[in-house]
Amino acid sequence: MKAPGGADIAVGGVLLAVENVSLAFGGVKAVSDVSFDIRKGEIRAIIGPNGAGKTSMLNIINGFYQPQHGRITFKGETRSKMRPHDAAKRGIARTFQNVALFRGMTSLDNIMAGRTLRMTKNLFWQLLRFGPAMAEEVEHRHRVEEIIDFLKIQEIRRTPVGRLPYGLQKRVELGRALAMEPELLLLDEPMAGMNLEEKEDMSRFILDVNDHFGTTVVLIEHDMGVVMDLSDRVVVLDHGVKIADGTPDEVKGNQAVIDAYLGVAH
Amino acid sequence: MDLAYKILIDPFIQMGSAPDLLVQTLWEGLVAGVLYSLIALGFVLIFKASGVFNFAQGIMVVFAGLTLVGLHELGVPAFVALGLTIVVMFGLAFLVERLMLRPLVNQPDIILFMATFGLTYFLIGFGELVFGGNPKKMIASELYLPSGAYDINFAGGFVSLQKIDIAAAVIVSLMVIALAFFFQKTRIGRALRAVADSHKAALSVGISLEQIWVVVWFAAGIVALVTGIMWGARSEVSFSLQIIALKALPVLILGGFTSIPGAIVGGLIIGIGEKLGEFYWGPLLGSGIESWLAYVIALIFLLFRPQGLFGEKIIERI
Repeated sequence: MKAPGGADIAVGGVLLAVENVSLAFGGVKAVSDVSFDIRKGEIRAIIGPNGAGKTSMLNIINGFYQPQHGRITFKGETRSKMRPHDAAKRGIARTFQNVALFRGMTSLDNIMAGRTLRMTKNLFWQLLRFGPAMAEEVEHRHRVEEIIDFLKIQEIRRTPVGRLPYGLQKRVELGRALAMEPELLLLDEPMAGMNLEEKEDMSRFILDVNDHFGTTVVLIEHDMGVVMDLSDRVVVLDHGVKIADGTPDEVKGNQAVIDAYLGVAH
Repeated sequence: MDLAYKILIDPFIQMGSAPDLLVQTLWEGLVAGVLYSLIALGFVLIFKASGVFNFAQGIMVVFAGLTLVGLHELGVPAFVALGLTIVVMFGLAFLVERLMLRPLVNQPDIILFMATFGLTYFLIGFGELVFGGNPKKMIASELYLPSGAYDINFAGGFVSLQKIDIAAAVIVSLMVIALAFFFQKTRIGRALRAVADSHKAALSVGISLEQIWVVVWFAAGIVALVTGIMWGARSEVSFSLQIIALKALPVLILGGFTSIPGAIVGGLIIGIGEKLGEFYWGPLLGSGIESWLAYVIALIFLLFRPQGLFGEKIIERI
C-alpha cells in the first residue's frame, strides 16, 4: 500500500461489491453489466473517457439512480433499492462533479449540515435551543472545527460559499462529506478545473483522509497522473462497459484501455 | 396648483395639527402590518425551504381558524380544541407532503405552484362541506385573549389601543424570534436551508426531503393558525379572509421572499403606508385606495431593489 509517512494501511475485505449492474435511460445504456468490488481502506479509481458511465456508476452506488439489473452489496448487506439519504445513513458520503453546495450558507454551516445525521436531539429542544440541543450543537461544532483545521479553510469559515473560488468550494464540499464521518467516500472529479498547486493540496487531503481515518475512497478523475499516484486499484469504463480492472500499472499497459483513450484505427 | 397643494402639503398640515389622530393612524397601521407580516411569514417559510410560492397559505389561515371554532362549537373546551387544531394542521402537512409534493419531486417550481392552487380550491370545498359557508365568531375570550382598549391621553386628544392588537404584536414578536433562531441555529433549521439551496446535496448528506417538507408545512400551518386566531378575533372567521393572502404579495416583494425579518419589516411598511394613505390621501382619490396602495408601494420598491429589502442577492461567480 502507498501510505504517506510510511504508515501501513490494512486493506481488508470487500466493503462494497457491484455485481452485473446495468442502467439504461430509455434506449441509452449508461452502464451495462458492470461488476467490481471495493475493498475496505483502499483508494479505488474509476476512469474512462467522457460518457463512459463513471458518474452514473457513482450515482448508483449512492442511491441517486436505481439500476435495472444487478446487485449491490454494501457491508455484507445486499440491497435492491436504496435512496440517497439511506445511503448517507449507512455511511456513504459523496461530492459532486459540479460542486453542489448550499450556496447561501457559510462554509461553516455547509459543513455543519454534513453532521445532520449525527445530531439527534429532538425538535422541541432545538426550538428552545437550550439544554441538550445546545450541548449537542457545541460538541458537533467542535468536530467541524477540526475538519476546518484539517482542510486549512479557517479564514473562509464565515464566507457564504457562493462567493468562494471554485477550488475552495471543492474543498468545502469535501469538508461537508468528511463531516459525515463516512466509511465510503465517493469523489466525483475532485480536481476538475484546478491548477497544479490546488491539485497537489487536494491529493494530499485525499491521501490523509484515507490514511488517518481509514476511509475507503472511490475516485473519478481525468488527470491520469493523479489517478496513478493516488489509487490502489483502477476500474476502467468505456461506453458503460468495464474494459479493465487492476493496479494502475496493469491498467496502464492494457491494450483495450489505450484503444479507448486514443481511439483505434478501423 | 391646488391639487399639488392638496397632495403634497395639506396632509402634512393635518398631521401636524392633530398629532393624536396621526398616532392613532400609525398604531392602526402597525397592527395591520403585524397581521400582514404574519401571513407573509407563512409564505416565507415554505418558500425558503422548497422554493414554492404557496398560494394556499390564505386558505390555510381560514381552515385553521374554522377548525378551531368548529371544534369548540362541538363542545370541545377551547384549549383542547387548540391542541386538536394543531394536530389537524400537522395532518394537513403530512398529507400535502405525501399526496402532493412527493409525486411532484424534481418538477419545475411552476408545477408545484399550480399544485398549491389545486390545494386552495380543495380546501375551500372541503372546508365549506365540513364547516358550512357562514362566518364564525373567533373564540377569543375563551382563549384568554384580552378585549377592550386602553385610552391614552395624548396631545389634547386621546389614542385608543385595542388590547387584542397589543396581544397580537407580542405574540407575533415572540413567534418571529423563535422562528429566526430555529432557522439560523438548529440542525433542522440548517437542513431546511440546505434543502432550499440544493436538493441533491441535501440528499447526499442524509437529509430526508420528506421529513423537511412536513416540518415546514407544519410550521406554516401553525403560523396560519395564529394568523387565523388574531385576524378572526378582530373581525370574524370566514372564507373571504383568504384574500388576505393576496395582501401578502406586496409584503413579500418588499421584504424579499426568503427573509423572515423582511416579512416583518415589509408587513409593517405596507400596513403603516396603507393606513396613512387611506386616512390622509384617501379622500382626494375617492375611497378604495386601501385596495391598491400596497401594490403601488411594492412596485416602486421593485424598481430600486428587485431582490427586496432583505432578500438574498443572487451571488454568482462568472
